[in-house]
Amino acid sequence: MSRNDVLVTADWVQDNLGTPGIVFVEVDEDTSAYDGGHIEGAVKLDWKQDLQDPLRRDYLDKSAFEALLSAKGISNDDTVILYGGNNNWFAAYAYWYFKIYGHQSVKLMDGGRKKWELDGRPLSKDVVDRPATRYVASEPDLSIRAFRDEVVAAIGSKNLVDVRSPDEFSGKILAPAHLPQEQSQRAGHVPTAINIPWSKAANEDGTFKSDEQLAALYAEQGYDENRPTIAYCRIGERSSHTWFVLRELLGKTDVKNYDGSWVEYGSLVGVPIEK
Amino acid sequence: MCGAPKQGGSLAGIDLSTQTVIQGSVWHDGAPVAGAYVRLLDSTDEFTAEVVTTPEGEFRFFAAPGAWKVRSLAAVGKGERVVDAELGLNETTIVID
Repeated sequence: MSRNDVLVTADWVQDNLGTPGIVFVEVDEDTSAYDGGHIEGAVKLDWKQDLQDPLRRDYLDKSAFEALLSAKGISNDDTVILYGGNNNWFAAYAYWYFKIYGHQSVKLMDGGRKKWELDGRPLSKDVVDRPATRYVASEPDLSIRAFRDEVVAAIGSKNLVDVRSPDEFSGKILAPAHLPQEQSQRAGHVPTAINIPWSKAANEDGTFKSDEQLAALYAEQGYDENRPTIAYCRIGERSSHTWFVLRELLGKTDVKNYDGSWVEYGSLVGVPIEK
Repeated sequence: MCGAPKQGGSLAGIDLSTQTVIQGSVWHDGAPVAGAYVRLLDSTDEFTAEVVTTPEGEFRFFAAPGAWKVRSLAAVGKGERVVDAELGLNETTIVID
């Protein structure tokens, strides 16, 4: 796996607009960004409305994922290029999700929406309508998803990478600072977790740092190459960004994303917490 | 949720007795800058959050009391302000030269 297998540049996207077999997908939590202008031909996925189970706290099951992709006009053999706001957090989450369900060809656009906008590239308000398909998903690949018991068992034995900001890690704040600080769970982090904020892996324009910079970053912060890894944040989207860096860019094996993350862990009765 | 809620506007529904709000607007050449990226950095200069300004150039963060830096990145350039925030409302303006 190399960077070119999992990442495309904004230039590449601009050169490939309208190419058959390539589907651009904007993934946001706040889809008003998409509605105000998107990459030409891109369909939208709403992180909350489209990608979360409407009742339970979980992602969509296999049949619901199949129905979603079919309705969006995405086929099994399409190359899917994901991008979005928030420095590609939700696009990285969708990337992880597409991998869970076995999509063959999926990549991120480096820098996401921010890079595209800062470059002054064109955005379209045209309604995108792709004919429906019959998408068939694989059984979920749970080798890249961690659950709570696994996280508790990993204390002191695996790399637990907390990718939230230092102030969330220390418990000074409970959520990223663009949100009201009113969460009910306890503040702090999983004991023995190392704090390597997702943002250290990205440049200010949202693009990923170079492979050399990334390798040096994790080595400096005490990442143990000989241990399996679980990444977490608050709800699992920033940790998808780091999961992407570790597994897809740096090629590390046995890296899982704990999408339950701090909202779940910080609410569990009796588990150890450090501040 | 981690996506930024709608920026700016009224403070209705925000409890200023418990929240440390840092808000303001981004200006360039005598006009507000819409669609600017504004990030909040902690006292060690580490990223804490990022939002996009409204059509009126407004942004808002929910932080904690202490020293923060707000940095704006837009197609027209960059600007930065240091804010010593207290509980309640803290307002600032970032000017991009």
